[in-house]
Amino acid sequence: MFDYQFFLEVLIGGLLSGVMYSLVAIGFVLIYKTSGVLNFAQGAMLLFAALTFVSLVERGAPFVAALAATLVIMIALGIATERLVLRPLVNQPPITLFMATLGLSYVIEGAAQLLWGTQVHGLDIGISDTPFEASGVLISRFDLFAAAVAGSLVALFALFFRYTRTGLSFRAVADDQFAALAVGLRLPRVWAAVWTVAGIVALVGGLLWGARLGVQFSLSLVVLKALPVLVLGGFDSITGAIIGGLLVGAIEKLAEVYVGPSFGGGIEAWAAYVAALALLLIRPSGLFGQKLVERV
Amino acid sequence: MPVLTPAKSSWFSGETLWIVLVIVAAYGIVPLAGSDYLLDAVLTPFLALSLAAVGLNVLTGYAGQVSLGSAAFLAVGAYAAYNLHLRVPALPLLIDLVLAGGVAAAIGIVFGLPSLRLRGFYLAVSTLAAQFFVQWALTKFSWFSNDNPSGVIDAPVLSIAGSAFTSAAERYVFSLTIVVVLTLLTLRLLRSQSGRNFIAVRDHEIAAKVIGVPLLRTKLLAFAISSFLIGVAGVLWAFAYLRTVEPAGFNLDRSFQILFIIIIGGLASLRGSFIGAAFIVVFPLLLSRVGAALLGSVFDSGVLEMSQRIVIGALIIVFLIAEPRGLIALWDRAFAAVRPAKRPA
Repeated sequence: MFDYQFFLEVLIGGLLSGVMYSLVAIGFVLIYKTSGVLNFAQGAMLLFAALTFVSLVERGAPFVAALAATLVIMIALGIATERLVLRPLVNQPPITLFMATLGLSYVIEGAAQLLWGTQVHGLDIGISDTPFEASGVLISRFDLFAAAVAGSLVALFALFFRYTRTGLSFRAVADDQFAALAVGLRLPRVWAAVWTVAGIVALVGGLLWGARLGVQFSLSLVVLKALPVLVLGGFDSITGAIIGGLLVGAIEKLAEVYVGPSFGGGIEAWAAYVAALALLLIRPSGLFGQKLVERV
Repeated sequence: MPVLTPAKSSWFSGETLWIVLVIVAAYGIVPLAGSDYLLDAVLTPFLALSLAAVGLNVLTGYAGQVSLGSAAFLAVGAYAAYNLHLRVPALPLLIDLVLAGGVAAAIGIVFGLPSLRLRGFYLAVSTLAAQFFVQWALTKFSWFSNDNPSGVIDAPVLSIAGSAFTSAAERYVFSLTIVVVLTLLTLRLLRSQSGRNFIAVRDHEIAAKVIGVPLLRTKLLAFAISSFLIGVAGVLWAFAYLRTVEPAGFNLDRSFQILFIIIIGGLASLRGSFIGAAFIVVFPLLLSRVGAALLGSVFDSGVLEMSQRIVIGALIIVFLIAEPRGLIALWDRAFAAVRPAKRPA
């Protein structure tokens, strides 16, 4: 017999963990939309932020001070990236920029671990991971908290993009770089700001993922979980990142539970990729991605 | 990609002479190498990685399709050759080698199919599917590793027509011969119509389609050739270099390593693949020597690994900014500076 309650539990667990994927994916989308760069270093930034924060706390810094210090460091990292990597590569094909961020991710990962060591750190942000029961379905408290954080982050972004001057310039640059230049927007500044915002997203994501998995090297691998999310949702849509994250979370968990056993389990690693590929064959720019108009 | 392709040169040009000289030197190094260390730890892995880089260069450098799944095809080649040798003992090793490349090519075509609809990032991400799927399959199904619980395989002795290649020097010569033959074949292919189709698709896909380049065939051919070469490289990596391999050795880092080889060496340059591979093999050895000499005991293996990551990553960025055509462009420029100018005829 089909156990409906169990199915619901798996589905909700999947959706909630999907929110965590969305959180990483949003960082990608921000940068992709405004500068056309698929930032592979997002995972490394996440690791760097979490590792810096944890190490500061372990060295006796109070929570808020550590958070502020990490924030400052992430902002510096964002500005440095714009100055040293993106500006010299202006007008290069997107794939060159992508490979540059691949190099950047190696630098950041290496630097993070050289500075703070390679051991695993525990991170306690004061939310217990005990599940509670809602009408017969077990839900993790931590997952719910993470989902709430991600949700409010997205709402904040929506307001920021809609009502602030910087947000407006972000949208202008995303829409048309040349036109944005023509009306006098300073692209380098906008990019530095975008990378800073991506750094903040990385910090939030790093703290949540770090609290879940422990702060260690494998944290930078969540980038690999975020990629199918991007493919599903389209690289340039924040809505897509959210929906894609939810889809990937749900697909992964459901596939692992219902399809996995017939393959001997462990299919979580690639189920999302296969789903993303299948979707791509039908819609080559994802669910919410912009269609490209091609000219010779 | 902003890469120039050298003009087609005639058969009797200085190029042929150079190729012959390099090959003679590569064989001649054996008696001079002295220790097995140089052959075993430097030259043999260099050859395997060079061949893999040649393969990826066909796909990424020439045909413009970025792949992040090279290590998967290395693994497919290695495990295919192992199983062919184990389960069809009648086949000679060279046939195993070619068939293993064929298996890798077949899987390459399957994972290349999305390239018909996807471009750029979407394609790069979809090649990651190959990476994860192959690694999972090799670990999960113990049939591939002949029921070894950890998926480790021990490579058989390399032997052709009764003569075994066991010593470091013999395994080097074996690898060298295969790499030379396949590289020369690839060179011929790239200068045929197919090779020009690759470049046309890379430089402007729509324009290529308009002038009548068959996109489907060209892209799939690029994937097939590339995976074949990488698959054979995987056999060399497993059989001639490591001699005992596990799926975990073919992880995403290995894929990136091969991509880095062609970026540092030079995209769309076969010579670049070799220079890049030499750099990637020698560089960690140099770094550990230099680091140990400068910093002493502080420079332990952990620090080494991290500083290696930082330097490699920084080099990638520096090369992309300062010399997108890679080491090979520096090399050519250095040579052009010392070569006497050609007199007008």
